Amino acid sequence: MAQAELTLKQHGFGQTRRRDLWWLQPLAVFAGLSTFVIYTTWAAFQGEYYAFGPYLSPLYSPELFGESSHSWFGAKPSWWPAVLPWSPAFLILWAPGGFRLTCYYYRGAYYKAFWADPPSCAVAEPRHRYLGENSFPLILQNIHRYFLYLALLFVVVLAYDVWNALWFTDAATGATSFGIGIGTLVLAANVVFLGGYTLGCHSLRHLVGGIRDRLSASPARLKAYNCVGCLNRRHMLWAWMSLCWVGFSDVYVRLCAMGIWTDLRIL
Amino acid sequence: MVMATFKLWRGDRDAGRFEDYQTDITEGMVVLDAVHQIQAEQAQDLAVRWNCKAGKCGSCSAEVNGSPKLMCMTRCSDIPLDKPVSIEPMKAFPLIKDLVTDVSWNFQVKKRIKPFKPRQPDADDGTWRMAQADIDRVQEFRKCIECFLCQDVCHVLREHQMHDAFIGPRFFVYGASLEMHPLDIENRLGDLKDSDGIGYCNITKCCTKVCPEDITITDNAIIPLKERVVDEFYDPLQKLFRIFRPRG
Repeated sequence: MAQAELTLKQHGFGQTRRRDLWWLQPLAVFAGLSTFVIYTTWAAFQGEYYAFGPYLSPLYSPELFGESSHSWFGAKPSWWPAVLPWSPAFLILWAPGGFRLTCYYYRGAYYKAFWADPPSCAVAEPRHRYLGENSFPLILQNIHRYFLYLALLFVVVLAYDVWNALWFTDAATGATSFGIGIGTLVLAANVVFLGGYTLGCHSLRHLVGGIRDRLSASPARLKAYNCVGCLNRRHMLWAWMSLCWVGFSDVYVRLCAMGIWTDLRIL
Repeated sequence: MVMATFKLWRGDRDAGRFEDYQTDITEGMVVLDAVHQIQAEQAQDLAVRWNCKAGKCGSCSAEVNGSPKLMCMTRCSDIPLDKPVSIEPMKAFPLIKDLVTDVSWNFQVKKRIKPFKPRQPDADDGTWRMAQADIDRVQEFRKCIECFLCQDVCHVLREHQMHDAFIGPRFFVYGASLEMHPLDIENRLGDLKDSDGIGYCNITKCCTKVCPEDITITDNAIIPLKERVVDEFYDPLQKLFRIFRPRG
């Protein structure tokens, strides 16, 4: 193929003749993602105040091993290396983290915000060398669908946590009764936002129907493809809503567990 | 009526500079009107490519205040006229003169993409039947007017000049219109991965943002093609499934 020889090349990081606030969106993405990563890392290392009554922080769910009543397989495992710090979140947080890290929306967003690749559309970049997702390491982004499979399981687990958050134990009698607290609604909203984000995934859209050229032959696939496509059109919105709400859910449970906030019972 | 200053790129492959022109802007004018007015009154030798003035021929692509746009679809009332308005040619293609670039590279790329290859006719009259639901998905791609603004804004071409390894968003849209067509049986996935360089796309969605036909290039064309390439080359489970379930 003939190489097009350009005569009007852009030089210098950030060079552009754009007059709008092109830097605002990547800056907001940088601030938003940095805040979330710093907070979740801090929260994961705490290893305490992640459960309150029937509520379990989504950053610690499923609690495979741990000290709270939500633990699936008991306390801290004996095989955990003594030299490493311990938190139940370490066992599970890599899966939803990997799902977001390899998500098509987030990839485009953080390539701009963190790598300036490019800083924004029609704005010059700091580097001349470019590999894209065509070779190592970014070719590994193609693993996204495997993180999707895990993320779908997490949505189911978090929905089960909402069910658990409907059953309150009386501290005095030990009896369990149905109820709804503000925390129940917080965790339920978290499942809705995460469900909207996960079920609108580009890889899921492909797997349920995009993989086929003739969808009409399979009405169930066509319906599923249209449903996922409907959520996919607002994938960025779902991504940010779910990200913010996961963080807020942890804050809510944490502050309730620390006694700073009081969880109000609606029912 | 308002007097506005336009900084037009004047020059050829060897040298060039911005030159200032002042012209009157009246209600309803688009940037191409202003350029034509300048050409008629002040710069008869100004080179500008245009044809339909209706956003359908894709000829008048340029960069207005640094953003790739069709000049005929950019209203003067939508851009700030209190400061000089810069108009320059697309940066992803070689300059011929002033605002005109040589976009012939795109036509060479298009020739290289495997053409439409329909399956055997399956209707009694020797033709085919297609369901609307199947053709809906590729219908969007037919809106492309080949203005090449998506190619211009794509940093892989614009910034890194990888024209020899990357075909650009326009031709991923074209490839998607063929690859997802319910009648087509050609397999272009190997080409997409290797010679077309789909892996170089890092999903910045700039192509989608500048498309004057509002084609959802990244989400509906490039990412689905990337997913098909993953099926074919990177996903061991899909390879296993394909043994039992051929592509359809």
